[in-house]
Amino acid sequence: MFSNFDLDVIRRALPYLFYEGMTFTLTLTALAAFGGLAFGTLLALMRLSGLKPLARVAGLYVDLMRSLPLVLVIFWFYFLVPYIGQWLTDAARPIHVGAFASSLITFIMFEAAYFSEIMRAGIQSISNGQPAAAQALGLTYSQTMRYVVLPQAFRNMLPVLLTQTIVLFQDTSLVYVLSISDFLGAASKVAQRDGRLVEMYLFAALVYFTISCVASFGVRRLQARIAVVR
Amino acid sequence: MSYHWNWHIFFEPDPTGSTTYLDLLLQGLLLTIETALCAWVIALVFGSIIGVLRTLPSKTASWIGFCYVEFFRNMPLLVQLFLWFFVLPELLPPAAGLWLKQLPHASFYTAAIGVGLFMSARVAEQLRAGIGSLPRGQKQAATALGLTTAQAYAYVLLPMAFRIILPPLTSEFLSTIKNTSVAITIGLVELTGQARSMQEFSFQVFEAFTAATLLYLLLNLVVVTGMRLLERAVAIPGYIAGR
Repeated sequence: MFSNFDLDVIRRALPYLFYEGMTFTLTLTALAAFGGLAFGTLLALMRLSGLKPLARVAGLYVDLMRSLPLVLVIFWFYFLVPYIGQWLTDAARPIHVGAFASSLITFIMFEAAYFSEIMRAGIQSISNGQPAAAQALGLTYSQTMRYVVLPQAFRNMLPVLLTQTIVLFQDTSLVYVLSISDFLGAASKVAQRDGRLVEMYLFAALVYFTISCVASFGVRRLQARIAVVR
Repeated sequence: MSYHWNWHIFFEPDPTGSTTYLDLLLQGLLLTIETALCAWVIALVFGSIIGVLRTLPSKTASWIGFCYVEFFRNMPLLVQLFLWFFVLPELLPPAAGLWLKQLPHASFYTAAIGVGLFMSARVAEQLRAGIGSLPRGQKQAATALGLTTAQAYAYVLLPMAFRIILPPLTSEFLSTIKNTSVAITIGLVELTGQARSMQEFSFQVFEAFTAATLLYLLLNLVVVTGMRLLERAVAIPGYIAGR
């Protein structure tokens, strides 16, 4: 069963897998997490703003994104972004968007919906007295949010945000449907070139498993450490 | 925009000429539903077993449950599907591997089992949380009545826990439906797959994806409405959800 298991195939592919594949995956994960968190926080603030139209728009966006499969969203943005770019730049034809930019936009837009729900819960978990006290001190809305509410919401939700980032890390493997060389895409290209599906896919699984396991262990440690004693 | 909209595309014949694009999308929807239902049954069965294992007093049982959940949670679904689809047949004895490879509808079975097991880890976690949220007195009262552990779970703990976790189970079911689209990578032509092939044959990208989007939204709506009714029917009297 493992008689013709060829470790050398993996060893030879290592530089390609990590320098190209894993770099793409990790960069995409990090940038999408920051972008998604920023946009998601904005969406959460819109939903909680008390302005009906703003709240409605943000709510619809979040619900729409959360009811669609990521694969479909990836296809949507892959074809839509060139047209949006054309519209924005007034170009004569749909502009060319690279694989990385296209997937980054997709993941920011998609993950923002999930991050926004986490941030909404985080903001709502803060007691009324906090913004009331901030207002009494004469802080404006944006000051209240920036200096009082959001820092606490981030802190309370940090473990959940990080867990969502681990999910995001795993989800980036779906850019495979656009034949992009992320970590899994790179592994799959080597697998098909050398006819070594077993070795490459088992190795890819092991790497994803190790990284996610270590990361979730770290999150659990962090959760225990930063828990605010009330 | 220089895009040429053509909403009549749905009623035009597909490349084989035997049916319309709309028909193909509906076939895709049907396959999505079938795959999701099979996967959901697997997820519920395995998720319940593992969820119970994790709450048993036995250290070994809860350790087995922990390993199972970590195994399925820490690998991307796509990688898991590849393992089932490409790697498993090679690791089995040659005869069994060949049988697996020649199985008709292999991508359907792989998707149902792969997505089912992936989701079972999440169902297990929900159920564990549900059982954990019950007051300790429930288990103690069951023991005091002379129920065995199995009876306590069957008659007291599980009927309560499942009703409590019904809302999160709804979102897990919705995730199951969405996750079936990952099986496009192993050749399952479900709703997303049909929309994708319609786009390739007809070049009407946005019509195809709009239709798929609307069908997914419709499916979501049906599931959410159905689960609301179920929640109301089985709500526990005396809890906030009940009356």
